[in-house]
Amino acid sequence: MTAAAPLISLRSVSRTYRTEGVAVAAVRNVSFDIAQGEIVAVMGPSGSGKSTLMNMIGLLDLPSEGAVYLQGADVADLTEDRRSSLRARSIGFVFQSYNLLARHDAIENVALPLVYCGIARKERLARAEASLEAVGMLHRAHHFPRQLSGGEQQRVAIARALIASPLIVLADEPTGALDSRTGAEILSLFAALNRTGQTIVMITHDPGIAAQCRRTIHLHDGELVGDETQAPALPKRSAVS
Amino acid sequence: MTMLQGFQIALHALRLNPLRSFLTMLGIVIGVASIVTVFAIGSGAQLRLQEQIRSIGANVLMITPGAVYQGGVRLKDGSKLTMTESDVQAILEQIPEIQAAAGSIAGTAQVIHEGKNWNTTINGTTTGHFMVRDWQLAAGRYFSATEEAGAGKVVILGSTVARELFAPGDDPIGAQIRIMKVPLEVVGVLDRKGPAQDDVAFVPLTTAKLRFLGSASNINRDSVAYIIAKVTADGQMAGARAEIANLLRQRHRIPAGQDDDFKVQDPAAAMEAQQGAIRTVALLLVAIASVSLLVGGISIMNVMIVSVTERTREIGIRRALGGRMRDIRLQFLCEALVLCLLGGAIGVAGGITLSMTVARMAGWVTSIDGQAIGLSLVFSIATGLVFGFYPAHKASKLSPIEALKTE
Repeated sequence: MTAAAPLISLRSVSRTYRTEGVAVAAVRNVSFDIAQGEIVAVMGPSGSGKSTLMNMIGLLDLPSEGAVYLQGADVADLTEDRRSSLRARSIGFVFQSYNLLARHDAIENVALPLVYCGIARKERLARAEASLEAVGMLHRAHHFPRQLSGGEQQRVAIARALIASPLIVLADEPTGALDSRTGAEILSLFAALNRTGQTIVMITHDPGIAAQCRRTIHLHDGELVGDETQAPALPKRSAVS
Repeated sequence: MTMLQGFQIALHALRLNPLRSFLTMLGIVIGVASIVTVFAIGSGAQLRLQEQIRSIGANVLMITPGAVYQGGVRLKDGSKLTMTESDVQAILEQIPEIQAAAGSIAGTAQVIHEGKNWNTTINGTTTGHFMVRDWQLAAGRYFSATEEAGAGKVVILGSTVARELFAPGDDPIGAQIRIMKVPLEVVGVLDRKGPAQDDVAFVPLTTAKLRFLGSASNINRDSVAYIIAKVTADGQMAGARAEIANLLRQRHRIPAGQDDDFKVQDPAAAMEAQQGAIRTVALLLVAIASVSLLVGGISIMNVMIVSVTERTREIGIRRALGGRMRDIRLQFLCEALVLCLLGGAIGVAGGITLSMTVARMAGWVTSIDGQAIGLSLVFSIATGLVFGFYPAHKASKLSPIEALKTE
């Protein structure tokens, strides 16, 4: 089952910030497509425009020039409210610093996006349980973030990203704050998710992580300098279940 | 996000910081409690006055002694009884607007019935008194003409006195009681008119003069302490007042240019004026209490602004996960509303407690007004909306990208 249009499509996208009258181009004239079921690494040194690009794909920001299409629709044509609703239903964010709400327990955190989908509490909690189970964190459902290790917090964050069955999971340096072993586990989790058909875009500056993704987009100074697809080289071991 | 979800999130957030939440709402609590208390005391005072106005009776004029000059010295009002029984007769006969009138003298004395006794007002008057005040009997009869003329040893009791002297099953009619060693037969018990009015015993005017004041009294045998008169219709009050004044000046031979030696008053009108004054004072106090509500609102706004700044990252996370601007606004508005409503509810409870304590300790009549409670709660909600809006709006306007970058 493939959509007529690619899932995400960027066409000559530029993003310019204006600080104190000086225009700084964070992303310049970038175009690429991401198809359903892909796992893509966006690589580049810091300041290369990776985060800006992710914000635009995640509907948090709009391009200054060019257009971002989600399933063929120009996101600039949507209202701010509509983009917010799409974030709740179609985008799953995973951040480097997890970004869990400290004053809510794991299951409440996982259920949070469903609040903005207008789903009743009972169903929210049931689905959050299922989502926690999928990342192997059900036993920590009523722990608060500070009671969890970094790796555990990131698993909870992934459960939260998955709860609304999003079209795409956007992960910004998801292993950046973790030790290498825990990082590897998280990467295996992403790989396993991708095998079930989940589209994933992962931002990283680590070539070792990028190497585990089939496709890597290279950015430098806001420009697209490479887009390569390699033969499958994902680890066979699964962290799921 | 629905309103209900907004309130759930708000309650969750406020529970995490109970002390801060309580201190934040304290201004509202104090404001609402003061408003409820002031309203309760104010409307209690008004109720009491209304009862007094009712107990006097409609369209009643009261004539009391005024200042008199004795050898060029102006004496205190009422220091000399200037009205007489013949004045009563003249008012009744010569002024057509007067339908009933009665003179009274009064003092306090101990009334005794068997083992019980009670200190009360003894009012010597005529049956006209009850007509003027529209005061009906609960049992028995009024004074007869012979009793009024011949200083009959009879008494009509106010309901409080009857209750104090007689056991519940006991019929006071026909019983003998004693006042200042004079045995009197109870011929009537009056209807209840109000706590301040019912503590009285009426005897015929002649009885009071002959048997209680005695012949040794330096008071003119013919004089009365005050006269009450009933005017036939409401519209004739002013006219009747002027006619009585004219008549009494003639009868007392007061030359033109000299002050009256009496006062004609409309007690109901005077009390209504007093009632107006109470209302004004109460409104003033409510206005002062509202300042506390305003201060409370400002303190809520202040804490909410701090809270928005503290929770910038939370706002960023919520926006990234799909919260719309209006969802964020609703969330913070709900927090302000919950603070104000909770503060308002605590304030109402505090106000009720306070006014009941005041009622008990100072012996004032207070009346808890449902309208006042409703009004304070509406004020609380309005405060929440007004002072919660700016911080909530500020929160909703935060850029999610910038908000996520903050630590």
